[in-house]
Amino acid sequence: MNKPLRRIAIFCGFLVLALLVRDNWLQYVKADSLKNDEHNRRVTIDRYSTPRGDILVGGDPITGSTETKSNGLNDLKYKRTYKDGPMWAPVTGYASQAFDASQLEKIDDKILTGNDDRLFFRNTLDMVTGKPKQGGNVVTTLNPAAQKAAFDGLKGRGKGAVVALEPSTGKILALASYPSYDPSSFAGNTNADADAWNKLQKQNDPNDPMLNRALRQTYPPGSTFKVVTAAAALENGLYTSAEQHTKSPLPWTMPGTNTELKNEGNLPCENATMREALRVSCNTVFGKIGADLGNDKMLEEAEKFGFNKEQFTPVRSNASVFSKDMNKSQTAMSSIGQFNTAATPLQMAMVVSAIANDGKLMKPYMVDKLQSPNLDTLEQTDPEEMSRPLSEKNAQILQSMMETVVKDGTGKNAQMGNGVTVGGKTGTAQHGVNNAGKPYAWFISYAKMSDGSSPVAVAAVVEDENANRGDISGGGLAAPIAKSVMQAVVNSRQ
Amino acid sequence: MSSSTQSTTHHTSTIGAIGAPSRRNTELAMLVFAVAIPMFAYANVGLAINNTVPPGLLAYGVGLGLLAGVGHLVVRKFAPYADPLLLPLATLLNGLGLVVIWRLDQSKLLQSIDQAGSAAPRQLLYTAMGIALFVVVLIFLKDHRVLQRYTYISMVGALILLLLPLVPGLGANIYGAKIWISVAGFSIQPGEFAKIVLAIFFAGYLMVKRDALALASRRFMGLYLPRGRDLGPILVVWGISIVILVFETDLGTSLLFFGMFVIMLYVATERTSWIVFGLLMSAVGAVGVASFEPHIQTRVQAWLDPMREFNLSRSGVHDGVMHSEQLQQALWAFGSGGTLGTGLGQGHSDLIRFAANSDFILATFGEELGLAGLMAILLVYALIVERGVRTALAARDPFGKLLAIGLSGAFALQVFVVAGGVMGLIPLTGMTMPFLAYGGSSVIANWALIGILLRISDTARRPAPSPAPNPDAEMTQVVRP
Repeated sequence: MNKPLRRIAIFCGFLVLALLVRDNWLQYVKADSLKNDEHNRRVTIDRYSTPRGDILVGGDPITGSTETKSNGLNDLKYKRTYKDGPMWAPVTGYASQAFDASQLEKIDDKILTGNDDRLFFRNTLDMVTGKPKQGGNVVTTLNPAAQKAAFDGLKGRGKGAVVALEPSTGKILALASYPSYDPSSFAGNTNADADAWNKLQKQNDPNDPMLNRALRQTYPPGSTFKVVTAAAALENGLYTSAEQHTKSPLPWTMPGTNTELKNEGNLPCENATMREALRVSCNTVFGKIGADLGNDKMLEEAEKFGFNKEQFTPVRSNASVFSKDMNKSQTAMSSIGQFNTAATPLQMAMVVSAIANDGKLMKPYMVDKLQSPNLDTLEQTDPEEMSRPLSEKNAQILQSMMETVVKDGTGKNAQMGNGVTVGGKTGTAQHGVNNAGKPYAWFISYAKMSDGSSPVAVAAVVEDENANRGDISGGGLAAPIAKSVMQAVVNSRQ
Repeated sequence: MSSSTQSTTHHTSTIGAIGAPSRRNTELAMLVFAVAIPMFAYANVGLAINNTVPPGLLAYGVGLGLLAGVGHLVVRKFAPYADPLLLPLATLLNGLGLVVIWRLDQSKLLQSIDQAGSAAPRQLLYTAMGIALFVVVLIFLKDHRVLQRYTYISMVGALILLLLPLVPGLGANIYGAKIWISVAGFSIQPGEFAKIVLAIFFAGYLMVKRDALALASRRFMGLYLPRGRDLGPILVVWGISIVILVFETDLGTSLLFFGMFVIMLYVATERTSWIVFGLLMSAVGAVGVASFEPHIQTRVQAWLDPMREFNLSRSGVHDGVMHSEQLQQALWAFGSGGTLGTGLGQGHSDLIRFAANSDFILATFGEELGLAGLMAILLVYALIVERGVRTALAARDPFGKLLAIGLSGAFALQVFVVAGGVMGLIPLTGMTMPFLAYGGSSVIANWALIGILLRISDTARRPAPSPAPNPDAEMTQVVRP
């Protein structure tokens, strides 16, 4: 009987071996993915087991942590608090015990909780010395004064968004969206938190306060898109200077149709120069440029500015749209920011920033560096050139045209004085079926110091549902907000 | 030359009464470790959870030490040549189980759903009862061959035990499986005891019938096929397993009994064909029953896609069967433990909620002791099985061999089915990890199992009684050239 006994012994050995192999598979090979699975409650427990690291703006934290009131069963020790939550929400996102996390709070979660691999050595040391684990900090590029100017400006105007960039680096200086939400209100996991969360959802609040309009909403850019069209004209050699007459007829019928493209009012657009056409915002001139250049060349230029691509700042922004395979009349409409063309406020800020930076588009970013708990730098973001939508010479031609717009065109509201030159472009974008919706008021601009440097480029958009249709023009509603943001940046420089 | 011859003859003159050493002192030394390690673990849990050494540490150490000491003294007196490792290994597992059950008692989450709180003192009581049964087995069962007399009584007893949960008013349906009975407020799993009784019946029956089953066969395609009438017993056991599966919806118990029978049949007859038949029949049975039994289908689906089951459970779907997030929670517990574990008392395995301290207790070991600790636990089980198989090899009578391999084979299958189920290697079944898991029936029955194995190994290793002094000894010398 001993032979089968030995075989049974081997069989039992295989059973145990199978268990050991499975155990290694679970606890070694799959350990990390199981451990970090978003549904694994331990992730949340860990996220709130120690005070979270902070998100810093201008050296000061805009976030905090507070001990959760213990009710026995709550396994989460700390919860997130926010200073000026609604103002900073488009930057920070939220970290909620009940509703996960978003934006910077989510992307840099490992740094903030102190679980990042780069903190491993330090954590091990802390474990040996018995110190509690600490989270690292996220240092942002934002400018608190500019952010406040942007947020306050929007608050006075209703819905909208503002993005300000530093043209020479791509640093995001302001990123505001209105209406906004206070992430503190649902940071915990009580019923009150759940109620606050539910109230903010789009189905319960038509204003959709949790939408980050600066990055995630695309608007028809309207006339502000004409600077892209002008850049395309210069880059493709259709016109070589701002003073060249464009030989545009008035009225102008779009090729392949019987439809006349209309201007807003009785404007001197016949055979206007590009400077003049941009100053008074001629639809006919820029529509014709688009039609003359054709879809491919316009698309190429728009994509150099970043259209049709998501941006990661590192918070993701939606892709702005400039369509392919359009016929001449559709291209003409698209070239004045209508038809399918749509842009996020970030996208238009990138356009104006590239022009202000003599043609170089810098990749926009909002995280300057990641710090360990003892403030050592773990990771520094370096400015990075994304593309070169236009040559230095053409950029300067376009700058002078945009400066004319502010000096004695539609953008007079943005003049700053004190030796600061402003270049800009207004836009009033129509939308809705038969343009029935309230138009969006746009303003994009940059400020240039007397030494020729340009510290800030801004895009502001206002959707004002209560204003009269006639009142909504970029120059009237959006330009003052852009101006106060530029002023805040210029002031903080001095 | 002659002197060397003489020295050889001196050694070979009689069969010595020196024999195998009893190894009782080895057992005692190992028992010290088996008590000290759980005590250390207990202190560890207390420090991790409450920042103090638990006040009950000394009492716990004394209690466990006393139980182990009584076990040891009884073995020393009544089974002096028994295997020295089985008692310490079982004590170690039982002690660690107590510690982890106490650790889960501290979880507020489990307390709030009435899954823990005072389980550890009860388990200590069960352990004492288990050791008591162990002592009774060793004292009153002087020779395991006595059990042979009760072959058919065992059969009847096992059937009664297995069918008890189906008796209306007595059986209790807990989480979908009907393998419990409740008597005077206690839940008892008769299957745990049936395991032992059934092994006695199989051993007695097969010992008598093995020749008929082994020799009367036809050869077909390289396999020895048994005669039709010899197929009877395996068909009956198979039928009973299917009945258990269908009416008690417990795949584990059914698999365990059938597997045990096939192993013993194979050992008794040395015919590989029985293994082939066994595998085929269990496959047919399992697939057949699973095709119409929703409880088992759910278990299989949960095994294939635990995440889907988790979501179904969370979304509160009502489709007639109970969905459970336990398996996914257990997998997360294992994964979160990683290589070295979080440390005792520092994991979150209470998220498993139901049965966290019984069927799923291995997940807590996995999370808090890590891959390293869990592998050690699995190897302790492997060692118990190995000692059992060794006992079977050493046993001199076929009944002892069959009983020992039946019991250790069933033990191995149970460990595999439970650990494999909790780790997602095979579909989950409702059985408990021997010695570790919370549950009276399991602890008591397994202590009895260890008692029987010790008895068999004592008989096997006991040296033959020294022959009476033989006046002809000089005449029967073996002389080597």
